[in-house]
Amino acid sequence: MSESLRYIQAVNAALTWALDSRTDTVYFGEDVALPGGPFGATKGLHKRFGSDRIFDTPISETGFLGMALGAAMTGLRPIAEIMYADFSFVAMDQIVNQIATIHYSSAGRWKAPLVIRMQQGYSPGACAQHSHSPEAYFAHTPGLRVALPATPDDAYQMLRTAVVSDDPVVVAEARMLYPTRGPVRTDAPVEDIGGARVVRPGADVTVVAWSRMVSAALDAAATLAEEGVDVEVVDLRWLNPLDFDTVAASVARTGRLVVAHEANLTGGFGAEIAARAAAECFADLRAPVARVAAPDVPMPAAPALQAVVVPEAATVADAVRRTVRA
Amino acid sequence: MGLPEDYRLMARIRRFEERLAALKDAGEIPGSIHLCNGQEAVPVGACRALRDGDHVTATYRGHGWAIARGVDLTGLFAEMMGRDSALCGGRAASPYLSDPGRWFVGENSIVGAGVPIATGAALTAQRTGSGAVSVVSIGDGAMNQGNVHEALNLAAVLDLPLVLVVENNVYSEMSRIEDMVRVRQLAERAAGYGLPGRVVDGNDPDAVAEAVAEAVDRAREGSGPSIVEAMTERLVGHYSGDAQHYRPAGEIAAAREREPLARIRRAADAGLAARLDAIDAEVADEIEAAVTAARAVSYPDPATAKEHVYV
Repeated sequence: MSESLRYIQAVNAALTWALDSRTDTVYFGEDVALPGGPFGATKGLHKRFGSDRIFDTPISETGFLGMALGAAMTGLRPIAEIMYADFSFVAMDQIVNQIATIHYSSAGRWKAPLVIRMQQGYSPGACAQHSHSPEAYFAHTPGLRVALPATPDDAYQMLRTAVVSDDPVVVAEARMLYPTRGPVRTDAPVEDIGGARVVRPGADVTVVAWSRMVSAALDAAATLAEEGVDVEVVDLRWLNPLDFDTVAASVARTGRLVVAHEANLTGGFGAEIAARAAAECFADLRAPVARVAAPDVPMPAAPALQAVVVPEAATVADAVRRTVRA
Repeated sequence: MGLPEDYRLMARIRRFEERLAALKDAGEIPGSIHLCNGQEAVPVGACRALRDGDHVTATYRGHGWAIARGVDLTGLFAEMMGRDSALCGGRAASPYLSDPGRWFVGENSIVGAGVPIATGAALTAQRTGSGAVSVVSIGDGAMNQGNVHEALNLAAVLDLPLVLVVENNVYSEMSRIEDMVRVRQLAERAAGYGLPGRVVDGNDPDAVAEAVAEAVDRAREGSGPSIVEAMTERLVGHYSGDAQHYRPAGEIAAAREREPLARIRRAADAGLAARLDAIDAEVADEIEAAVTAARAVSYPDPATAKEHVYV
């Protein structure tokens, strides 16, 4: 059975599933219970599940992410919401030094089965402190799993996978995708963690993308098809665990690779994909790997400036054209 | 419990730390160590108020809390020697060790970071109705960390069963705490969170036990967190190798007159003194046996270095 849901409704459905099917799950964060979240992700959950299961916290990301860790270590499965991914930076100690390390540093004796749910990326008029795409920081940190759902169905499936994972998982949604609608398989079994997906087969060039840039890549592919360029689009979905095999298999078919993300260029996760491709796909590559990313500037707020900073379908299409002509 | 048993536990911690320092000097301990000599009455008194299932979270100066909670001495030595200990397999060492088997959430190398984590253990106790409490120890310097502020307010508004024990040894690492805050006692800050706060003699295990028991009772009955500030003194440096030039002449000598073991010794009559001598001898044997056993633990297999990153 599949239902047509908006991305944000799919998130709500996954959280409903989690609180309904797992009594050890608790949900907390800023304005998530009575207000239902600034984007409606938790709408109706407090009414249905009550304050024992979902509650509002003070504006204290370090405090409540640490609380999530201590609760996870002692028997609960918390889902903590960071309202904007940018706010995770005030709690990086708990994420990097604490949540990511306790399992390893105790030789596996403690577990931290928790989810940090956040939304990221630019939106028109949002300033630099509400526009970060910080996935590379988390993917750089051993001990964390990192999920970036690009569709309503993945918003539902990947969040459920994160909830049942015994590892700490950062689920970073894209705010700009919240209004998008698509079929959601609400009765599907919970998927195993990880796995990239070829979402558009093509023969000439591989575009690897995640989060909002998947739809940008698909739009670019449609434009390029009219120009006779057949683009294969790979939705990476999880940065950890990383399914590079799917990327490598695609590059083996196409011989060309473009990586696209909204985060700025230097040290972005695209650099990791490019480095692995150089190491593992060298013989298959007929052109240099190209990276599509925001330039290395803090995100401006004015739409006129965002228009030349934020990568879109046209940016991807330009990179593909350069790659196939190289 | 009572005097002889408290003395034994404090002597065990003291002897452990002294032996550890000697092992460090001898090159058997690879990393930095932070000793609690002089502060033993705080964990010993506090843990007297606890029962099985109550979680304890400490700092990198937390060997005393681990020992007071019953963590295995051989495991502690082996862990600090970088061996494949049953505690953390050599991955944590002196400042970050833990033991789920003894409800020891563990030490922390980031000042104050244990308080939010201990708040989470208190959340589990509250949501599952286990009746457990979560006790977390920090030093005086940690009261200036934002993580402590956030966690205290969070625990307060959620009425969580949390007890914060501030071990005020008057040094924020290597700086006088009076130069770092504008309150006379750190427990005064409790009022800012709407919590009860008490100041006790941290060199008296009975005083610590009484104050922590009161806070634990309050937590168990669902009335929320408390702060206990235990005034104490460090007889040794902030870390191994700290020359302590910043401490005024005579301060450590005066502290040696006030420290908990010396205090019991001074008040003891001949009969008690003989019992304490016997306890000292037993503790010394016990510690030496633990060192010997720890030396027999193998070093971790390098092939396992990538294990346990993920479940």
